[in-house]
Amino acid sequence: MNGNNLLSVEDVVVDLPTPRGNLRAVDHVGLTVGAGRTLGIVGESGCGKTMLSRAVLQLLPKKAKLSGRVMFDGQDLLQLPPEKLRKLRGRSLAVVFQDPMTSLNPVLTIGTQLIETLQEHLELDDAAATRRSVELLAAVGIPAPEQRLAQYPHQLSGGMRQRVAIAIALSCEPKLLIADEPTTALDVTIQAQILDLLAREQRRRHMAMIIITHDLGVVAGRTDEVAVMYAGRVVERAPTPALFKKMRMPYTEALLAALPKLDAAPHTPLPAISGRPPDPTRPLKGCSFSPRCRYAVARCQNEKPALEATETKAHQFACFHPIEAHADANA
Amino acid sequence: MMPQSAPSISSDALLEVDNLVVEYPVGSRIVHAVSGVSLQIARGETLGLVGESGCGKSTLGRAVLQLRRPTAGRVLFDGHDLTAMQGDVLRLMRRRVQLIFQDPIASLNPRRKIGDIVAEPLVIAGVKDPERRRQLVYEVLSAVGLDPTLVVGRLPHEFSGGQCQRICIARALILNPEFIVCDEPVSALDVSIRAQILNLLEEMKARFGLTLLFIAHDLAVVKAVSDRVAVMYLGRLCEVGPSEQLFARPAHPYTALLIEAIPMPDPDVRPAETVPVGEPPSPIAPPSGCRFRTRCPRADQRCSDEMPELRAVAPGQFVACHHPLI
Ligand SMILES: Nc1ncnc2c1ncn2[C@@H]1O[C@H](COP(=O)(O)OP(=O)(O)OP(=O)(O)O)[C@@H](O)[C@H]1O
Ligand SMILES: Nc1ncnc2c1ncn2[C@@H]1O[C@H](COP(=O)(O)OP(=O)(O)OP(=O)(O)O)[C@@H](O)[C@H]1O
Ligand code: SF4
Ligand code: SF4
Ligand SMILES: [Mg+2]
Ligand SMILES: [Mg+2]
Repeated sequence: MNGNNLLSVEDVVVDLPTPRGNLRAVDHVGLTVGAGRTLGIVGESGCGKTMLSRAVLQLLPKKAKLSGRVMFDGQDLLQLPPEKLRKLRGRSLAVVFQDPMTSLNPVLTIGTQLIETLQEHLELDDAAATRRSVELLAAVGIPAPEQRLAQYPHQLSGGMRQRVAIAIALSCEPKLLIADEPTTALDVTIQAQILDLLAREQRRRHMAMIIITHDLGVVAGRTDEVAVMYAGRVVERAPTPALFKKMRMPYTEALLAALPKLDAAPHTPLPAISGRPPDPTRPLKGCSFSPRCRYAVARCQNEKPALEATETKAHQFACFHPIEAHADANA
Repeated sequence: MMPQSAPSISSDALLEVDNLVVEYPVGSRIVHAVSGVSLQIARGETLGLVGESGCGKSTLGRAVLQLRRPTAGRVLFDGHDLTAMQGDVLRLMRRRVQLIFQDPIASLNPRRKIGDIVAEPLVIAGVKDPERRRQLVYEVLSAVGLDPTLVVGRLPHEFSGGQCQRICIARALILNPEFIVCDEPVSALDVSIRAQILNLLEEMKARFGLTLLFIAHDLAVVKAVSDRVAVMYLGRLCEVGPSEQLFARPAHPYTALLIEAIPMPDPDVRPAETVPVGEPPSPIAPPSGCRFRTRCPRADQRCSDEMPELRAVAPGQFVACHHPLI
């Protein structure tokens, strides 16, 4: 695609051996993120969001098989020696997980963890690294940052821990931050604070960001582009305003419709999606959404729709029978 | 602790909670989990209960059912004081009330078959005839949208989260209860499954004439199913009112903050970057006066000196605040 992409994921497949057989967690996914841009990846539990981000970070489970290409900042990550990869992660490619304890060490103080990260990647003496740590904690909204340096993760609330994890991720000024459900475990008021924080730092640092979430509400106001995943595949991808203006893939539309709306009267029945996603060890021959799709036709059971652009190049969807076609047919 | 009371819109209260206090001793200190909450739920009504993690929602729900004995206060169910009941009397009364948990998979015994799990309340209640039990299990499983012949012989791990929640709902319904505390019944479920379960709960409520206390932290979910909503913060009620009215015109600054913080699935609604930084203080040493004052943009001296009591601000709407928004 175009040359100024910071990240480009090309035809990535992740297979995991399981007792039930091969599990295809990521199924031929292609995505791009430009420098300073924000991509939201949305999908339900098990659709492959985390495996995709782990494929980018080269942090897959040992038994996983990965194919395809991941180009980041001009380098092919699949070809990079482990030592270089480790340098890259934490320096120009950073990550924040859903559970901040995944990235924090419970037996080290906040200060030690920040200072170690800074000194590993940047040439800073103790005094400079300490000063920088205090600045970072202040930037992520932690009150009394000097005193926090001596505290351990368990002495902080969940929201504060996630702030610390973000401070560590931001510490070396990464070019891309991958945030995998950074707020799912947090309360709404804290969630809003953390999302605001990420947005502010992203703008200030001109950093690219991938926000992974199952919540369409989280991506709506905070991303440039959205990719919707279902059963390991990207099924729709568009600039955020275009996506919400006109959803083309029936799953995306159904997902939005199934959300309880604040402006609906109490006891309004929700347009639920019947059934559930297919067993990932028993992939379907046709469209993965076909057993649940109200627009499905015979072709949907026998053939997999590819992710394709139609009228506007930026809006892509994988469906034989996209939604507008219906509206037109009825008009 | 001063009482907080919110009269219900109807006088036909099935449940009446009166100045309930629940404290947990932790070492030499005390967690003030629920501090003087009063509320009523009318027969056939759904009362939603929202608030941030740790504010005491589950504690309140469990204390209502006497699964945790309250430190003080009364719980009247259909006119009977549950807090004064013991032993067999309480056990008999408990059949009329049930609890549905947040984590459906963890609340099912992994080694027992679904048929036995759903029949268990019948066994405890002394229904001796196995054929009668089987018949009731089949009926209730069908009611929650599962095929009894396909599920009774299987183990919980063979089911998804949404299916496990259906099984939990079936188990809660089998004794024909009048009142159910639903403690975050859909929080662990995916959006597409969540809508199925919410619809199912509404259907069951209508079909079996249930009264519900519906606990959740997601305001949109609560609004979808509740006639009235109660907002809780650090062990106290902030506001109670009819759902639509409360969302349209919140009177308590905390209710307004919660509504503002909801991520809206609409790119034209810019997220308000005005949500104040800060987190709830510890329930071990709650602030004096109004418990929300450490995060409240309207707080003044009076708020730290004087604890606000619930009082009416609009028909059916009650707020505990010295400087309400309406
Ligand atoms: N270590 C593993 N071994 C085998 N299968 C796995 C492993 N981790 C995840 N999976 C499977 O891979 C698929 C994709 O999982 P992934 O964690 O990427 O989903 P996700 O979209 O991140 O879901 P969630 O929203 O629940 O985090 C799922 O079917 C999951 O069960
Ligand atoms: N068994 C217990 N012993 C001591 N403290 C407890 C116990 N159970 C709950 N608490 C504390 O009581 C307070 C209220 O907890 P509760 O579980 O009722 O909150 P909640 O509103 O249900 O939160 P969540 O949304 O996280 O489920 C919290 O501070 C919690 O840590
Ligand atoms: S390809 Fe067919 S089954 Fe799949 S989403 Fe489109 S219409 Fe539905
Ligand atoms: S009583 Fe005071 S501190 Fe409490 S909510 Fe009202 S204005 Fe805010
Ligand atoms: Mg994940
Ligand atoms: Mg709880």
